[in-house]
Amino acid sequence: MPKVTYITPEGERVVVEQAEGTLMSAAVENQVSGIDGDCGGVCSCATCHVHVDEAWTDKVGPAGEGEKGLLELEDGVEENSRLGCQVKLTPELDGLVVRVVGR
Amino acid sequence: MSTRCVIVGAGHGAAQLCASLAAAKWDGCITLIGEEPHLPYHRPALSKTQLDPEGDHALQLIRPEDFYHANRVEFLSGTIAERIDRTARCVEAGGRSIAYDKLVLCTGSIHRLPPIAGMNLPGVFTLRTAADAAGIRHAVAAASRVVVIGGGFIGLEVAASLRKRGCGVAVLELADRVLARVTSPAVSDFFETLHRGRGVDLRTGIGAREIRKSEGGMEVVVSDESTIACDAVVIGTGAAPNTSLAEEAGLHVDNGIRVDAWNVSSDPDIFALGDCCSQHHPLYDRVLRLESVQNALEQAKTVAGVLTGHPRPHDALPWFWSHQYDVKLQIAGVSHGYDAVVIRGIPEPGASFSAWYFRNGGLLAVDAVNDAAAYATGTKLLKLGARPDPDRLKDSSVSLKEILQQAKETEHA
Repeated sequence: MPKVTYITPEGERVVVEQAEGTLMSAAVENQVSGIDGDCGGVCSCATCHVHVDEAWTDKVGPAGEGEKGLLELEDGVEENSRLGCQVKLTPELDGLVVRVVGR
Repeated sequence: MSTRCVIVGAGHGAAQLCASLAAAKWDGCITLIGEEPHLPYHRPALSKTQLDPEGDHALQLIRPEDFYHANRVEFLSGTIAERIDRTARCVEAGGRSIAYDKLVLCTGSIHRLPPIAGMNLPGVFTLRTAADAAGIRHAVAAASRVVVIGGGFIGLEVAASLRKRGCGVAVLELADRVLARVTSPAVSDFFETLHRGRGVDLRTGIGAREIRKSEGGMEVVVSDESTIACDAVVIGTGAAPNTSLAEEAGLHVDNGIRVDAWNVSSDPDIFALGDCCSQHHPLYDRVLRLESVQNALEQAKTVAGVLTGHPRPHDALPWFWSHQYDVKLQIAGVSHGYDAVVIRGIPEPGASFSAWYFRNGGLLAVDAVNDAAAYATGTKLLKLGARPDPDRLKDSSVSLKEILQQAKETEHA
């Protein structure tokens, strides 16, 4: 399981060594500030908005259609915006760095 | 001495209240009383992944156990709050008397059970808790025949999940169409076609009269006296606010515990939030009682604001979602009371479309089926209080971007 670094809206770096599930569920499990996962991970609420570090955008990939619709309603949306619940954590993402946007 | 906050009910709103108070570094202490053995968990999954053969059946906690320890939340699991003593300001629960300075009722809703004989037979289920979902999961095998009574969101989601398991499913809806309480005929039609296309024996305008044992298992007697053989029955006939505790305590209750814009009940030291309360909504200028995760979360944030000295009235735009098979329905706003509806796109399986609801020319709500862009645009228009032209909305050659742009210009004009 990959190591993931979350940079919280307060600027704190939270490193999750053995991240499991999705970028959202691993963040909730480790109480990463700014990620709530209100809908439980079904791409319905956008409370898991992150900016993917530029070095990782290719590996993580772009947002899907449903995800883009929800992101439209959020502040601070960039090219590298993703909803954490839609990013499954695979071994290829070991070392991933994301910035939590928060609300 | 620090403020003692007692929360009755351990659902989404309760978890959010704990989280919001923790985030604000509130220095009071919290006691959370829950009837179930579990910390607050994601309930929408009960009718979906919890019944899905490929689903993960481990309960997904809203916040991990560590969160409650770290924030000194005392969690009383498997505990029923029996009585509120407003004079002594305490809650009697599990043989204890728990003193409060502020009490928050998050008691949710209970089943509205139809008058059908045989409801207590084994093999008849309701779906409200993790234990209910586990019961259904264990009772039905791939070849089981299940009758779902009620064609609302829960009933239809259960039907979809059970079809995925390979069960034979019949749905009985008393009204002349499914989802009649929450949506327009075109959207109901779409969902009826969807379910029938997936092999559900969906019958509208028909009620169940009796559930009884039969030689091969059980059967449901319906209103035309015919019978449907089955192995299990799931009741999804709607919910009523769980207000008994509040009523006994003499709080103002009217289709839910009546609260003000800050979620304060008729007792200034008692709040209520989520499915169990009713509140005047400024966008719709009427009292609403909503059964949704988002409503409970927003109201919990409102209560946290009051407790931490940053009061902000509740005025969030309501939104909802439902998943059935590969169809995702997203609803922004509340369509109740609409006098006009237009459909954008073609409501047929595999397509994406949206239904836009108006009252006196003002937009009330949008139902978006596999159409996130319509949901997003609808949300923005509703927040603007826009009055978009229904004819332009209906015309799919006019982009949603153009419609939104026009609404913004009108607002600034």
